[in-house]
Amino acid sequence: MKRMSWFNTVSITLGFVFLYLPMVILVVYSFNASKLVTVWAGFSTKWYVELMGNEAFLDAAWVTVKVAVLSSTLATVLGTMAAYVLVRAGRFHGRTLFSGMIYAPLVMPEVITGLSLLLLFIGIGLDRGIFTIILAHTTFAMCYVSVVVSSRLVSFDRALEEAALDLGCTQFQAFRLVTLPIIAPAVISGWLLAFTLSLDDLVIASFTAGPSATTLPIKIFSAVRLGVSPEINALSTIMIGIVTVGVISASLISKRASLRQQAEEQAAVRT
Amino acid sequence: MAQNVFAPWDDPTETPLIQFKGVTKRFGDFVAIDNLTQDIYAREFFALLGPSGCGKTTMMRMLAGFEAPSEGQILIAGTDMAHVPPNLRAVNMMFQSYALFPHLSVWDNIAFGLKRERHTKDAVSARVEEMLKLTRLEKFAKRKPHQISGGQRQRVALARSLAKAPKLLLLDEPLGALDKKLRQDTQFELMDIQEKTGTTFVIVTHDQEEAMTVASRVAVMDEGRIMQVSTPAQIYEAPNSVYVADFIGDVNIIEGTASPSVNGYEVRWAEGHAPLVAKASQVLREGQRISLAIRPEKVSISAEKPENSVNAIEGKIIDIAYLGNLSTYHVEVAGGIMVKAQTANTRRLSRRELTWEDKVWLNWTDTAAVVLEQ
Ligand SMILES: Nc1ncnc2c1ncn2[C@@H]1O[C@H](COP(=O)(O)OP(=O)(O)OP(=O)(O)O)[C@@H](O)[C@H]1O
Ligand SMILES: [Mg+2]
Repeated sequence: MKRMSWFNTVSITLGFVFLYLPMVILVVYSFNASKLVTVWAGFSTKWYVELMGNEAFLDAAWVTVKVAVLSSTLATVLGTMAAYVLVRAGRFHGRTLFSGMIYAPLVMPEVITGLSLLLLFIGIGLDRGIFTIILAHTTFAMCYVSVVVSSRLVSFDRALEEAALDLGCTQFQAFRLVTLPIIAPAVISGWLLAFTLSLDDLVIASFTAGPSATTLPIKIFSAVRLGVSPEINALSTIMIGIVTVGVISASLISKRASLRQQAEEQAAVRT
Repeated sequence: MAQNVFAPWDDPTETPLIQFKGVTKRFGDFVAIDNLTQDIYAREFFALLGPSGCGKTTMMRMLAGFEAPSEGQILIAGTDMAHVPPNLRAVNMMFQSYALFPHLSVWDNIAFGLKRERHTKDAVSARVEEMLKLTRLEKFAKRKPHQISGGQRQRVALARSLAKAPKLLLLDEPLGALDKKLRQDTQFELMDIQEKTGTTFVIVTHDQEEAMTVASRVAVMDEGRIMQVSTPAQIYEAPNSVYVADFIGDVNIIEGTASPSVNGYEVRWAEGHAPLVAKASQVLREGQRISLAIRPEKVSISAEKPENSVNAIEGKIIDIAYLGNLSTYHVEVAGGIMVKAQTANTRRLSRRELTWEDKVWLNWTDTAAVVLEQ
């Protein structure tokens, strides 16, 4: 491999510093023994221990995880179905409108999505709480899932489904036994994407959360307004960890597995 | 097959298994199948032959239920298939692209269709083993489709479609990727399977020798239409058009004008040359333009002018193709027409070798040529 020129080296370094310096500082200070955020007083994990005793944070964390798991699962089911219809149903009446409407929330400002959901929930008299957050997150995560899954379905060989039908499967069996296992990597990475999106969403959650349920990002945000504490640093570090693992595994799964599967699929047809 | 003649298509009391009734299939403006009417009978081995893009796969896909005819009707066993989905048809298809399930092993691919029916585990595995044995894939049962060779994949696809022992089996170029030996073995296996199970086969092939070997009838297609349907021998010996004659096997075409004579017709084909003599099954007008189709193996070649031959024309050898058991001579005759003559190489060395640039005589009998109207 060619050695990088000094210019490239400098730009990469600058870029990464720009991106990751704030987070590194946060992570480092979460292990600070001092209560003062700006003064380093030696390594300690006491803030993590203290965090474990903080009921409010633990409650919020539990709500966040529940919301993330349930909403990403729902979003994956709905998003996969939408992607399947879009790619497979061919040209049906209103197809362009349907696909446009599925992808619109991708570019919609979150504030607007949040506000309109809030209005809807008030309108139908739904009490705000964990249930409304789940619904809201499902709504906005679903289009991400559908983008990921439909890009995989486009390259999926339709003859495989026909072969399954030919061998006696119903439409649903063909989907479950042939299509789904083959597109599984895309579905899983769609789920992980939805999970991480839900985990760190603040805007939509603050519109749709109620007094009975608060998510971690909301909790952190309101706590920080009273001053940054090392406890919050510790909490944020944990969240960074979870999100990083989620994003990295999502991209690894989708890259590796779908590349391999696509190669297998291509190799399995006549050359 | 010759001993007890199998010819349900000649029997008016026989009802066909498959009936195409005025079927047209359009893709947008493009007509892929053009008003096709054709019967196929139970226990037939019906071969579809034709150039790429003539609609063979489309016909198969309509039978399997993946495409609906734009017009007309398809009946299987007397039932209109219009609203019967693929999974409820007693039809299995071997796809041209194989369409093997990439996430399943060879074993599971073959078992896939069987598992959809109510069989015991043992029955399924017995049947799969049987299929593996038939297609000689026992060693590869645990592999995934991408871990085996192209010919092996083709055999998996074949085994998978055979496994359910369907009433009607559609094979889209089933043996193309196999070597000659294995292809012949498999052809005989197919014929054997058909004997045993009474399955009806519709098979697409690009290999006319294969069609000749296995088929009860051959249909030659062109641009969405069936040009001729006949037994292999009929289609070879009595093609009904230049297109069919040319498509099936090698053929020499000589154009000319016919005039009735004492025995058959005289065909004037080149200025200043004696007319050719041919028998025709049809009645021709005086001066009608016709084509003579003569198979190369029916043309004899000799250095001297043959005595008392009705059709003898002179020419010059341009090329010789040596095919081991046969040699084909390409001879240029009057008017720049090329005529091929084929002889069996029975002697290791001919007494007198014919070679390039030699002046030779070609001759054939008055029944050797088929008269085709234009
Ligand atoms: N889904 C489709 N949309 C548009 N045109 C199609 C479609 N399927 C087939 N065709 C066209 O119909 C014609 C017949 O196709 P078909 O696949 O039946 O050919 P074939 O005889 O099987 O050829 P080959 O020997 O190459 O397999 C072709 O010209 C093809 O381009
Ligand atoms: Mg084809």
